[in-house]
Amino acid sequence: MNRAIKDTQKMIEEVLDAYPEKARKDRAKHLAANDPTGQCSTCQVKSNIKSRPGVMTVRGCAYAGAKGVVWGPVKDQITISHGPIGCGQYSWWSRRNYYNGQTGIDTFGTMHITTDFQEKDIVYGGDKNLSAALQELKELFPLAKSMGILSECPVGLIGDDIESVSKKASKELSIPIVPVRCEGFRGVSQSLGHHIANDTIRDYILGKGELEKSTPYDVALIGDYNIGGDAWSSRRILEEMGLRVIAQWTGDASINEMGIANKAKVNLIHCYRSMNYICRHMEENYGIPWVEFNFFGPTKIYQSLRKIASYFDDRIKENAEKIVEKYKPMMDRVIEVYRPRLEGKKVMLYVGGLRPRHTIGAYEDLGMEVIASGYEFGHNDDYKRTYPDMKEGAVIMDDATLYELEEFTRRLRPDMVGSGIKEKYSYHKMGVPFRQMHSWDYSGPYHGFDGFPVFARDMDMTVNNPTWGLIRRKR
Amino acid sequence: MRQVAIYGKGGIGKSTTTQNMVAALSEAGYKCMIVGCDPKADATRLILNKKAQSTVMDMAREKGTVEDLEIDEVLLTGFKGVRCAESGGPEPGVGCAGRGVITAINFLEENGAYESDTDFVFYDVLGDVVCGGFAMPIREGKAKEIYIVTSGEMMAMYAANNISRGILKYAQSGGVRLGGLICNSRKTDKEFELISELARRLNTRMIHFIPRDNQVQRAELRKMTVIQYSPEHPQADEYRMLAKKVSENKDLVIPTPMSMDELEQLLMDFGVLENEQEAAA
Repeated sequence: MNRAIKDTQKMIEEVLDAYPEKARKDRAKHLAANDPTGQCSTCQVKSNIKSRPGVMTVRGCAYAGAKGVVWGPVKDQITISHGPIGCGQYSWWSRRNYYNGQTGIDTFGTMHITTDFQEKDIVYGGDKNLSAALQELKELFPLAKSMGILSECPVGLIGDDIESVSKKASKELSIPIVPVRCEGFRGVSQSLGHHIANDTIRDYILGKGELEKSTPYDVALIGDYNIGGDAWSSRRILEEMGLRVIAQWTGDASINEMGIANKAKVNLIHCYRSMNYICRHMEENYGIPWVEFNFFGPTKIYQSLRKIASYFDDRIKENAEKIVEKYKPMMDRVIEVYRPRLEGKKVMLYVGGLRPRHTIGAYEDLGMEVIASGYEFGHNDDYKRTYPDMKEGAVIMDDATLYELEEFTRRLRPDMVGSGIKEKYSYHKMGVPFRQMHSWDYSGPYHGFDGFPVFARDMDMTVNNPTWGLIRRKR
Repeated sequence: MRQVAIYGKGGIGKSTTTQNMVAALSEAGYKCMIVGCDPKADATRLILNKKAQSTVMDMAREKGTVEDLEIDEVLLTGFKGVRCAESGGPEPGVGCAGRGVITAINFLEENGAYESDTDFVFYDVLGDVVCGGFAMPIREGKAKEIYIVTSGEMMAMYAANNISRGILKYAQSGGVRLGGLICNSRKTDKEFELISELARRLNTRMIHFIPRDNQVQRAELRKMTVIQYSPEHPQADEYRMLAKKVSENKDLVIPTPMSMDELEQLLMDFGVLENEQEAAA
């Protein structure tokens, strides 16, 4: 076995030593030294299993996945948090999914709509409350194109029949109503919520939209949530290639777009973790191929453009090359400015289900190295896609604990950590440069050619910010 | 103040027995309260002489929240000053009746329904302890003694044994005890002996055997207890006897529930079950 892997394994063992025996054994399966070749049998992490109680996981729940990620960004649907108020309140537009439209008139993205369960709704059931809410919402917002009912835990516990309420109300109000059984206690993380939400798109919306005419260049942009405008900058590139983006899921998405993706010639998927399910469904049932792409940083963008173009004719392939030619000087200029400031800086990432691998290329474009990376809710297939992208001996983490993150930070001494809001302030206190990589720390976009300059600027701003020098870094 | 919970198979006569016993206790000068813990809300009608009282949960639904409720609206006084409350809850098939029981009991406690001069509080609980809500009356700080109403019918005995199992769990964690079995006779074969033996096996005793009498039915049709409708009738004396035994009972035990096999063997010993084949069927 190679030295780098051995050293990392030794370090991981040292970190694990602090745990009681059972916890140590359990957590050992989730931490590994990277082997890009995939030959080292002990270098594969276990994933998508129940978190160990007491370790302070930062995972979310099925509701968070279904509402916060997949359904929430759909702009002309009224998404109802069905249950007590907290779940809706604390998932209120927290991911900054931008959209065009008149909020409260034809779009509802930033609104917080809930059935606000009281004791009486638990005891007598919430179905009547829900029927009344649907009725009122239809009257208040006649331009809504759909209503989604996102179940919170109590709805599942008391066995409310939201499906039959939906069916009846849908008929009476002449509007699609989507019941989503995403009770938080289901599954081990938000990942199941993505799957459940995908299934409801399939069952209630997909195939029901209208597309006037088809062209051979129709594509659907899947798994881009338009955080800080990400989907818009991605879409611009695709359109410049000569493709027609007929649907954009689910950032800035309309219900009609959700209903016509099955008419695309190719499905282009950015966030594989949250939306591979529906792509597989469209592949099996409509024969639509899907292709994973990565619009973080110029290297990955160029590769992705060529990969996408390979599904189309020479015109598109030529366009892809033209785009590379056109934007390369601009991207090189960005690199010229920032690379000298960031060269050799080490990054540690701990994010959700895609970015721990997808952003690696963008960091490398800036001369930075991702020395540790991990997913909150990745599955085996995510890790398989990660190993080859990271150096030998890098740390791979699954469902990491705050203790582990802190310990790895102390030992690896990264120049920057990219993670979520729950980690952010403990890193601030540690005096370690930190970037919130779930919602781009109120910045963005980071996707595409528009995004990379912002990404580069933000990383520079983080790593080289003189403020960190004023905080004594814990040893 | 003694808090007592009455359990037993659905339809066995818990509410009728409880109300008659409470009427007898009140007659004897004790200050009593009944808390009905069943969404059917029929645990107080014989005391209040009316169809059904307004329940805590129904009133809470009407007003919006439990906090808007006044205690006087749901705590009514009936025969001989017996105070009555019903938790109420949803019709079958919707919502969560168990949560209704929890909410209602908490409301009664917080609003001072349990006055210090009360001698007895009786909780009349839905047939089976199907979820945590229906165990609320026997949680810590609530009822410390339980009586199980049963009869010589097989399913009633199964239920009694199952309830004992539930009590055993709470006995270990919360200190609740079994006070005895009340046999509400259905005139089955060897009923007296059978229930006496069942009680012995459960480490308790049959505290009283209430004979079957149509007078109970006659009184019920008039929304009254036998004590109120026909105080001179011999059946009224049966309930007075039961009340006396319960009020004097000091014999509170941790039950020893039987296995299914043991229970079936007991039934076979008494000739209720004929043989193995029948038992299996």
